[in-house]
Amino acid sequence: MLNIVVCVKAVPDPKEACNIKIDPATKTLLRCDVPMVVNALDKNAIEVALQLKEKTEVRITVLSMGPPEAGNIVKECLALGADRGILLSDPAFGGADTFATAFTLARGIEKTGACDVILCGMASSDGSTEWVGPQVATFLKLPVVTMVKEIVASDGPWWKIKASIDGGYRLMQVKLPAVFTVTRDVNKPRTLSFSGIIKARKKEIEHWGIDDLGVSSESVGLKGSPTIVSRLNTTESKREVEFIKGTREEKAEFLVHKLIGTGLL
Amino acid sequence: MVEQENKIGPVWVIAEQIDCRLLSVSTQLIGQARKLADQLNTSAETILLGDDIEKQTQQLIAAGADRVYLGNAPELAFYHPETYTEIIVNLTGEYRPEIILIGSTAMGRELAPLVAARLKTGLTAHCIDLVLDEDRNLEQRIPAYGGLLSIICPQRRPQMATVAGGVFAAPEPDEARSGDIIEVRVPDTVSDRIKTLEVVRDEPQGVSLESADIVVAGGAGAGDLDGWKKIIDLANTLKGALGSTRPAVDEGWTELSTMIGQSGKMVNPQLYIGVGLSGEQQHLVGVVEARVMVAINNDGRSPVFDQVDFGIVDDCREFVPVLIQKIKAYQEKKVTC
Repeated sequence: MLNIVVCVKAVPDPKEACNIKIDPATKTLLRCDVPMVVNALDKNAIEVALQLKEKTEVRITVLSMGPPEAGNIVKECLALGADRGILLSDPAFGGADTFATAFTLARGIEKTGACDVILCGMASSDGSTEWVGPQVATFLKLPVVTMVKEIVASDGPWWKIKASIDGGYRLMQVKLPAVFTVTRDVNKPRTLSFSGIIKARKKEIEHWGIDDLGVSSESVGLKGSPTIVSRLNTTESKREVEFIKGTREEKAEFLVHKLIGTGLL
Repeated sequence: MVEQENKIGPVWVIAEQIDCRLLSVSTQLIGQARKLADQLNTSAETILLGDDIEKQTQQLIAAGADRVYLGNAPELAFYHPETYTEIIVNLTGEYRPEIILIGSTAMGRELAPLVAARLKTGLTAHCIDLVLDEDRNLEQRIPAYGGLLSIICPQRRPQMATVAGGVFAAPEPDEARSGDIIEVRVPDTVSDRIKTLEVVRDEPQGVSLESADIVVAGGAGAGDLDGWKKIIDLANTLKGALGSTRPAVDEGWTELSTMIGQSGKMVNPQLYIGVGLSGEQQHLVGVVEARVMVAINNDGRSPVFDQVDFGIVDDCREFVPVLIQKIKAYQEKKVTC
């Protein structure tokens, strides 16, 4: 049996994330109650696990770190077909940068027991950092392949993987256990089914705090984070917009004239 | 002796080559490392790993490096995560750099977090500026929430950051500069649990985004693939390059290679037209010093209009075909004149 852990992150809904703004006066974040959803690429990671489960015996554990509200997204992953859902949640975990997050997730993965494959989305939509996968691998002393676009062979202990590089791909051979971060090219994630939601109702999420992981408070959250935000600044635009008005035809006509005027057409 | 102990460590750049060709982001970063090193009164140094790459060392020195750590061996020809990490971690232990900068390339995005985790230090992704703050910490600036976040790594060293190509200008090469070269040995302890069997690169197609004079970028406002095709048409009509935002890539309308912004490509066009996008900082920081910027968006209150020269409030799906018509009419007229 293949034990797979999928790391997922609750992120502000990207469709509404532009409503999160910096308050120019206080330099703090105005969140405006943007709902949290599963990070898009993490759904591709879950889909990799679900497709393997259709072919072979697989146990899928979904692991997330976040505030108690992130339990909802773990629950959603259970409804998609994961077998076990774990939320690492503790006030001590708050304020973690990617280093402390990866450390905490790695300790969580160790606690889940023997594990063959760890899957993550390549990046998070909110931070756009891509560090958690490779750093989880480092803490677990495992090999990692980032930006996986295709799993060519997944039978046996050596997996064959196509991973994106600038303007192409590299074909890799990797020995399990290993960590993979996936791009959206790897598959098309399924959507929630009604029967999945019904089945997931019976499944309980496990909540693990700092004592469950047996780590010191110095190594997690804000205290365990090498980086801190030192400043939050608003940016000022150097441009002043001229709105082009009129009917659709007129607007198109005026815009073409403006562009001719700048010598760009 | 005391003076030596207090001396601030060097500023490092992890350089990168593809088929023995040095990437432009590497020399751009050496230019910035040179500035930071001068302010810190230390040296700018670079690591270059590959095979048959002795000639490239002079390029790195001409760009401003005082020293090149050169790993030149067949097994280093292509990036290998564990071998490269091992070499850099070992060199870091020996030479104690203050700062390490890496390009936000496919290699850099994997290698940087591996090195940072091994060194138990911080790493900031895809910075758009790097300056020293009043405590001489590296202030690593990234766009977020319509503003700029400054990240510092106050307690641990080295301070690490990735930066996309095009964020910093390439320094004027100074062929008269000299520097020393330290040869790096390939470690013999690296495991073989991960192997690169093949590297395939596509032939580049059309106008490259980074060098295009006209860029038409589309966002989620395209609505669907049909709407997206109209944006492609506009780019083609203008003989420009097509760009995109992350939501458009996430929708599957376009390839990741068209994404402009902090974690994508940096463009430097004469004319930028943003279609159906809201002007997120993560996207617009990728548009460096465009001469003229235009936005088309159906919401007049969209923040994108604060950042452009000309604004059109309209449904891009309806407006773009009309605009294409008008442009074509002008182009035909121009030919016949």
